[in-house]
Amino acid sequence: MSGQRVRFAGAAGALIARDLRLALRRSGDTLQPLGFFVVVTALFPLALDPQLSLLRDIAPAALWVGALLSSLLALDLLFREDAQDGALEQLALCGLPFQGLLLAKTAVHWLLTGLPLVLIAPLAATALGAPYEAIPGILAALLLGTIALSLIGAVGAGLTMSLKRNGSLLALLVLPLAVPVLIFGARATALAIAGEPLAAPLYLLAAITVLSATLAPWALAAAVRIGLE
Amino acid sequence: MLKFMAMGGYARYLWPCYALTAAVVGLNIHWARRSLRAAQAEARRRLAGLKVAS
Amino acid sequence: MAWVWFHRFGSPPHFYRLATRLAPWFGWPAAALCLAGLIGGLGLAPPDYQQGDGFRIIYVHAPVAWLSLMIYVVMASSAAVGLIWRMTVAYAVAASCAPIGASFTAVALATGMLWGRPMWGTYWVWDPRLTSELLLLFLYLGYMGLRNAIDDIGRADRASAVLAIVGVVNVPIIHYSVTWWNSLHQAPSVLKLGRPTMPAAMLIPLLLMLAGFTVYFVALLLTRARGELLRRERNAHWIAKALGATATGEG
Repeated sequence: MSGQRVRFAGAAGALIARDLRLALRRSGDTLQPLGFFVVVTALFPLALDPQLSLLRDIAPAALWVGALLSSLLALDLLFREDAQDGALEQLALCGLPFQGLLLAKTAVHWLLTGLPLVLIAPLAATALGAPYEAIPGILAALLLGTIALSLIGAVGAGLTMSLKRNGSLLALLVLPLAVPVLIFGARATALAIAGEPLAAPLYLLAAITVLSATLAPWALAAAVRIGLE
Repeated sequence: MLKFMAMGGYARYLWPCYALTAAVVGLNIHWARRSLRAAQAEARRRLAGLKVAS
Repeated sequence: MAWVWFHRFGSPPHFYRLATRLAPWFGWPAAALCLAGLIGGLGLAPPDYQQGDGFRIIYVHAPVAWLSLMIYVVMASSAAVGLIWRMTVAYAVAASCAPIGASFTAVALATGMLWGRPMWGTYWVWDPRLTSELLLLFLYLGYMGLRNAIDDIGRADRASAVLAIVGVVNVPIIHYSVTWWNSLHQAPSVLKLGRPTMPAAMLIPLLLMLAGFTVYFVALLLTRARGELLRRERNAHWIAKALGATATGEG
């Protein structure tokens, strides 16, 4: 039993390493979501008013809509290429827990979109007028939220991976499911900026993230298996 | 009768609501029947094709 | 014993025959219930002390909104049954639900907006019910979009089943989050009637309409599901017999 666990851990690690290497080779594609996030965050002040006091009010919205859209951007590639060249089928047949391997691929998506976003968030948030004290709260919310978005988005990517490239269908599938993340995450960010306790929305956001982590593996494996038929 | 149609001043909003609902109720019946007939026709065509083949 | 019934119900020819026979037994009672509800709601119920006669929109808005939500649950449940037990009948039922549910969600939104205009002064507010209905419409459209994009009907059934299950789990979460979000911002509360509880004269027609629409939906479902079943079944034997019977019987 523990032997199989070791084998799985090794396989998952190798999968993550391989995916990361491939993604970094295509560094243009990989940096796109991050660049997109930065651009979107910059667009809001340009569309509004450079006064930080006003930007502060829309900062949660700008940060979270930016996070959601940039997460969507990277989703299409998550499974598509591996499905096309048969690598995904190999994973399904190799005898190791398929759900776990798919989760590993989702983790790569998060490492490439969610994590950079969380790392650049302090800068983006400050540029939108957030006070220094708000940063830890904003980071916590974005950390939880981007993980949830990666999981939810992965299910959408799994369902559409064998279809012609159609970003709008993927967005239509993912966005309603992402609304609770958006609501609680933006609320937590707004409370952090206002200096008020943000435990309530943060806990709810954490609950959603945990629920996604529980439900997504099943949905992912089912969706990808159907797509591979 | 006119008082009934006026609906206390809300007629402008109320009757379109009822009309829209009635329309969609009717449309759904029509679509359901049409979908069934289309499926039946398609099945008949398929069966006729099989008979010819065998 | 229940399993025998379950499997018989899931047998396509049996379901087809049953649906053909039962549909009128749901259709006409639905019409009667709705007629009674309309007479009560439009004629007999007294005007609301706050909204006057405008509240009578509830007699179409509530049934339609109820339908939009219930149909999604039926769709997701039957899709789940289809996925778990590989039951074609269940998939046929799920596929039938989507267009019906989507159209009524749109009507719920429209009637909600038309109700809101005289009450709040604007056609749209981001109140929890309207916003949830809007998101529900997106869920329906996503389901139908996914179905349409997949050519093979079996794969379309299975993929959309996964989506529907994920969706139905999210529906309460979405509704809760939207309600929570709305309560923070003191947005106008929706469509509340003047009194805290509805008097019987107002309530009974409402219940009649709700029941009537539900029964109407069953009749629609039985009709559509027959067609969806025919599209999925390749077995010539029972179809030939069933179509022969239909040609002589009814359409």
